[in-house]
Amino acid sequence: MKIVHRLMLLVLGAVLSVSSLADEYSDALNTLIKGNFKEKAKAVEVIAASGNEQSVVILESMLEGNLFYRRSDNLLGFAELVDKKYNFKSLDGTETEEGLGKRKVKKVSVNNSLRKQLRGLIAGLQLISGTKAQRKDAALNMLSTVDESMVPLLNSALKQEKENSIKKLLMLNIAMVDIDSNDEKIWQPALSTLRSSLESDVRNKLVSIQEVGPEEKQQAITDALQSIEGKVNFYGGVENIFFGLSLGSVLLLAAVGLAITFGVMGVINMAHGEMIMLGAYTTFVIQTYVMPNWVDGSVLVAIPVAFMVTGAFGILIERTVIRYLYGRPLETLLATFGLSLILQQLVRTVFSPLNQSVATPSWMSGSWAVNGALSLTYNRLYIIGFSLLVFIGLIFLLRRTYFGLQMRAVTQNRPMASSMGIRTGWVDALTFGLGSGVAGIAGVALSQLTNVGPNLGQGYIIDSFMVVVFGGVGNLWGTLVAAFSLGVVNKFLEPVAGAVLAKILVLIFIILFIQKRPRGMFALKGRAVDG
Amino acid sequence: MKKTIKSVGAAALMTLAAGIAQAADTIKVGVLHSLSGTMAISETTLKDTVLMMIEEQNKAGGLLGKKLEPVVVDPASNWPLFAEKTRELLEKEKVDVIFGCWTSVSRKSVLPVIEELNGLLFYPVQYEGEESSKNVFYTGAAPNQQAIPAVDYLAAQGVERWVLAGTDYVYPRTTNKILEAYLKDSGVAEADIMINYTPFGHSDWQTIVSDIKKFGSAGKKTAVVSTINGDANVPFYKELGNQGVSAEDIPVVAFSVGEEELSGFDTAPLVGHLAAWNYFMSAESEENDEFIEAWHAFIGDEDRVTNDPMEATYIGFKMWAKAVEKAGTTDVDTVRDAIYGVVVPNLTGGYAVMNTNHHLTKPVLIGEIQEDGQFETVWQTDGGVIGDAWTDYLAESAKIVADWTAPITCGNYNIETGTCSGQNY
Repeated sequence: MKIVHRLMLLVLGAVLSVSSLADEYSDALNTLIKGNFKEKAKAVEVIAASGNEQSVVILESMLEGNLFYRRSDNLLGFAELVDKKYNFKSLDGTETEEGLGKRKVKKVSVNNSLRKQLRGLIAGLQLISGTKAQRKDAALNMLSTVDESMVPLLNSALKQEKENSIKKLLMLNIAMVDIDSNDEKIWQPALSTLRSSLESDVRNKLVSIQEVGPEEKQQAITDALQSIEGKVNFYGGVENIFFGLSLGSVLLLAAVGLAITFGVMGVINMAHGEMIMLGAYTTFVIQTYVMPNWVDGSVLVAIPVAFMVTGAFGILIERTVIRYLYGRPLETLLATFGLSLILQQLVRTVFSPLNQSVATPSWMSGSWAVNGALSLTYNRLYIIGFSLLVFIGLIFLLRRTYFGLQMRAVTQNRPMASSMGIRTGWVDALTFGLGSGVAGIAGVALSQLTNVGPNLGQGYIIDSFMVVVFGGVGNLWGTLVAAFSLGVVNKFLEPVAGAVLAKILVLIFIILFIQKRPRGMFALKGRAVDG
Repeated sequence: MKKTIKSVGAAALMTLAAGIAQAADTIKVGVLHSLSGTMAISETTLKDTVLMMIEEQNKAGGLLGKKLEPVVVDPASNWPLFAEKTRELLEKEKVDVIFGCWTSVSRKSVLPVIEELNGLLFYPVQYEGEESSKNVFYTGAAPNQQAIPAVDYLAAQGVERWVLAGTDYVYPRTTNKILEAYLKDSGVAEADIMINYTPFGHSDWQTIVSDIKKFGSAGKKTAVVSTINGDANVPFYKELGNQGVSAEDIPVVAFSVGEEELSGFDTAPLVGHLAAWNYFMSAESEENDEFIEAWHAFIGDEDRVTNDPMEATYIGFKMWAKAVEKAGTTDVDTVRDAIYGVVVPNLTGGYAVMNTNHHLTKPVLIGEIQEDGQFETVWQTDGGVIGDAWTDYLAESAKIVADWTAPITCGNYNIETGTCSGQNY
């Protein structure tokens, strides 16, 4: 009994000695509720430095916007949104309340500078104990906020770190601090570490201290910046080519369906853009209504479904409108233009005129950071690959299958094909359906890049015609080359001339080109041309 | 059977007769918002807002003892059609007031008609200013109620380098001209300002975002001031997210992105980017809670959001109703004189006042985008800001004032020469 008593006293003593610290901590927690952003900035420092085991969790949930307080008694805790009501749990987990209305709890608000600070603090806390990915992120995140006070922490992290890439980042962080010194022995090695990095934080730092310190150091920094600049410019060029290819792949996807309906069948289909739009809406419907819990896979499922939906629409349009208008381009143009307006308004009526939100699957978000200056976005990479796959698939279909053979036969010589027993009407319908279906697939890809709304198709119809005409009507390879070359040319003009002028210049170039070669880059030769 | 048909017929006749009798004794409210075409995306909501306000007013007994009757027309995002529909509303339908327009060109197209026929238009959208018509009340923000405070806020956050990015048409061009002059006045060097225009519906933002990234890595804190028009924003923000430009590095403050635009995309990568408006759906006030509740009940969808142009429509409608009651008539000239100085509670917890330059006094809010697609107010002006029709930051507009009361009675009075040019379009 006595021992217990003594132990209690001991514990009490310990509690008393840390009580001032604990006070500071709970004061800081209170500031999170009542303070303005400046006061909160101080409070989070205190929380991070407190060593309290909950501090990382608190800071993280604050960053992610899960830290709330109950209005009735200003009790801090975590809240989670379930069916438009909040489930609240106090910090120590002793008090829980479910189904709170949105006016009953309030989020602990953060702004950008606070968010940046939080990221730095969490990075500091995770640098030693986090997982590999966390440590790497932490080291990267620290770059923008690192200062002298963090050096001891960085050094101890460096000592126990085994992963080489993280070690390098840690050394980079230390160099970012060392570079401020005017002692030659310190800044020189730091600068040689920094000059090999392409991170924009490093460049920012160097630019900002370019004109301070001894002359010799200034000169060295200017040199280092020049060498970095050179590398950055090189990677900028690489990036530009990638942008061009990516724009080209979008153009290819949008135009390749048209290359079939317009190029092969000769139908001027102004509703082609709306087929793309229907494909994008199919993605939306599948993601939102059919498989709302499986975003990652929904886009893949949407590809065949969109092909079938828009293909069916295509066949319907061909059977009800276009087949009566073969050989009358003007009427076709007007009729399909009318159709495009009808389809747009139909979508407005069915889905509302608002844009619909299509989520990007996690495997398509973010970018692949080759180095600090060059990062390629995943969605664009996938779409370049996807467009090529679609293209190869189409070529295969036209060259290697029986349907492709029939299709080519009908477009080359209709009466002859008909007398050989091919049902030309049926082939026409299927060909048009194929072109529309491919447009639908393009819509699935575009739903990842742009708005899914009733006007989606309008932005692509002119570009698609441009690509098909430039590449040579009736030639799929021409469409491929035209799409990618227009994409790259556009992207190299854009930084020089601006987006608006670049578009105009490309258009003028095509007009002049068509004057010289009316049949496009890869004109079909032989009798088929006049057929 | 015959009897039922007869009684149904009689009932139908009676309601018809009642309808006619009522029609003779109603106040007609014209609604001129595009319900089809490109602008339907934004304007349909405003049409619904006006209809909701009319319904509420009618429930409360109408105005001057009469019921309000909406006359909805569809100008189909077609600018010349706006002028024709205005003429139809004023000459054929003889409406007493019109709520409508979104884009500046549609408003400019309406101006000659509404001035000729002496109608009354409430315009609910933020715009580039440089206008004050006798027949138009501007309940959206003028540049000094949106753009200038936003830039001030960012400058206070330490931003020294500026990207002014916009869609290539009149609102962004004028706003950026004003902002550029303002930034230069406050000591920002030419080299620290980058101006970029893109076509309508631009969807390939790779190069521009990469340029912004480069511009932002020059050792000074950089921000983007975006006047990019509605539809082009989704691909723009997606590209920002994908290229890893976070709001902590390079914040984007937008003037055309509100709750409704955000409801069209996944906002997770956008957290922290900013918008400047006079209203956010997240504003905490009794009026706002009531408004949101009424809106959800009216539209029958709990997920629909509210936005700034809706608040502007709300304020405009309430002000007009108050002025009509004060004047005791719907006569345009009398209502106009009555509306100056009318005070209506706005939805953010303060009051909006109608000034004699036909612009409002209202607060300016800066909000950061949250993961749920709402904004969180991070800064707001202490009181209301008086809307300035003619900006003070451009030399040619600084000397022009608008005041529709005696002795000036002019929308573009040159204080240097003492003349009124009188033309607004």
